[in-house]
Amino acid sequence: MVKKKLVLSFPPRLIQQPVTSDLIRQFDLEVNILRARVVPRESGRIVMQLKGSAKSIKAGLDYLEEQGVQVDPMVQEMRHYGENCVQCTACTAVCPTDALTVEPVSREIVFEPSHCIMCESCIAACSYGAMESQF
Amino acid sequence: MRSLEEINDKIKSGKVVVVTAEEVVDMVKEQGVKKTARMVDVVTTGTFGPMCSSGIYFNIKQSTPKIKCGGGRVTVDGVAAYAGWAAADIMVGCSAMTDEDPRNAVYPGLFKFGGAHVIQKLVAGEKVRLQVRTYGTDCYPRKEYDAELGLSDMNNAVLFNPRNAYQLYNVAVNLGERTIYTYMGVLKPRLGNANFATCGALSPLLNDPRLRTLGIGTRIFLGGGDGYVVWPGTQHVADPERDEKGLPLTPSATLAVIGDLNGMSDRYIRAASIAGYGSSLAVGLGIPLPVVDEEVIAYAAVTDEDITFPVVDYSEAYPLGRPGALGRVSMAQLMSGSIEVDGKKLPTGGMASRARGREVALELKQRIAQGSFLLTRPSAALPGAELAQGL
Repeated sequence: MVKKKLVLSFPPRLIQQPVTSDLIRQFDLEVNILRARVVPRESGRIVMQLKGSAKSIKAGLDYLEEQGVQVDPMVQEMRHYGENCVQCTACTAVCPTDALTVEPVSREIVFEPSHCIMCESCIAACSYGAMESQF
Repeated sequence: MRSLEEINDKIKSGKVVVVTAEEVVDMVKEQGVKKTARMVDVVTTGTFGPMCSSGIYFNIKQSTPKIKCGGGRVTVDGVAAYAGWAAADIMVGCSAMTDEDPRNAVYPGLFKFGGAHVIQKLVAGEKVRLQVRTYGTDCYPRKEYDAELGLSDMNNAVLFNPRNAYQLYNVAVNLGERTIYTYMGVLKPRLGNANFATCGALSPLLNDPRLRTLGIGTRIFLGGGDGYVVWPGTQHVADPERDEKGLPLTPSATLAVIGDLNGMSDRYIRAASIAGYGSSLAVGLGIPLPVVDEEVIAYAAVTDEDITFPVVDYSEAYPLGRPGALGRVSMAQLMSGSIEVDGKKLPTGGMASRARGREVALELKQRIAQGSFLLTRPSAALPGAELAQGL
């Protein structure tokens, strides 16, 4: 079993197509949608985690490419600006996945992007503009 | 044990021994109070967090012809300023906003730019736009003035906190059914999280809970520069309930502090945009405690396990002014990442920064050790306090 967090960008013509459904039904993949933004006539974006055999995932990704979906690995969609951060730790209480935690000795914020599901809870919790979404 | 003069002589000769309020905890654990008190001359404390009761006042050089701001309308970068006094004195509170800001009309408001941001810009060396509309007089005929000003263009610029350095503060939770936006941060419904606003065992007034070594006239670290305690802070309570260690259990001491804005740094003066609540100013504040007797060390050895705070519901109890807490939790529990309330485990988050507070205490320690910061004897005790004999 392989897990992959990906950002899918859809051109407007694909918005009416049930691409996610295809991934599940045709390629036997487990799809967990973390975030999605679909605007009719404009582009759509989905952040998802795919789980399945390496072979199924490859087949699924090939299918997406065929359809014209741009697939990018999820990196740095959420940014922690250390310069703005005062290490107050308010963000850690609202982060549901422990992507933001406190180092117990230094009491400084540690941001682990691979745990982040881009729920953006931290943005409202931060009073210093230290968290920014690129989504 | 040692007098304040002796401590200052040691500072001048470079022989002073200074430790932070965190470092003193381990020293006392290892060597006891007596030995530590013999070794250490000064304990430094520190805190850093939003204090909405913050503002600046400044005096502008007169334009030609002269203008009387007093009685007119003044804005700084569009933020409403107060000028209800003489011709050229202007005050900016950190929570003041621009007329255009929607506040919470678009909920939760973002409060991107307020008085706090004006203050941070000035401290960072940037210029701000002053706009005055007023009435003319025979001695001050000008009615409008529009100018870009930085700190160096002003005659004086002073930070003033009617209230700061809270000794004890609530831990905030939300018993309600929807997310709420408070000065204690975002509180998720049904006890979703718990927020605290204190530096605990590093916090100035928790290391001298009976205010024996500080009072009116005490020189402090304020916003990166020097400042002074000038008065009890507003809402200061002289006689709180205390535990057996002298730590307050109910609302207690606060300080009014003042300091020259020149010499402060935007590392220790930071604008905060608290979602759904407003603009506030995070201020770094540190107080040196002179070790004039063993009791100073005994109190300064306070640990995060010793200090407890009341847990208060901010969905109803706080806004409606209902007394009572949901329990008490220690600073150590808060710092562990979660606390338990009504049998539920809540993740904890801070409003004050222990890391930055530690930096304040270390910076103050360094300034004292290098001889650039001398201690002062308070001119008067704060209400409810009695100053130590040796001071």
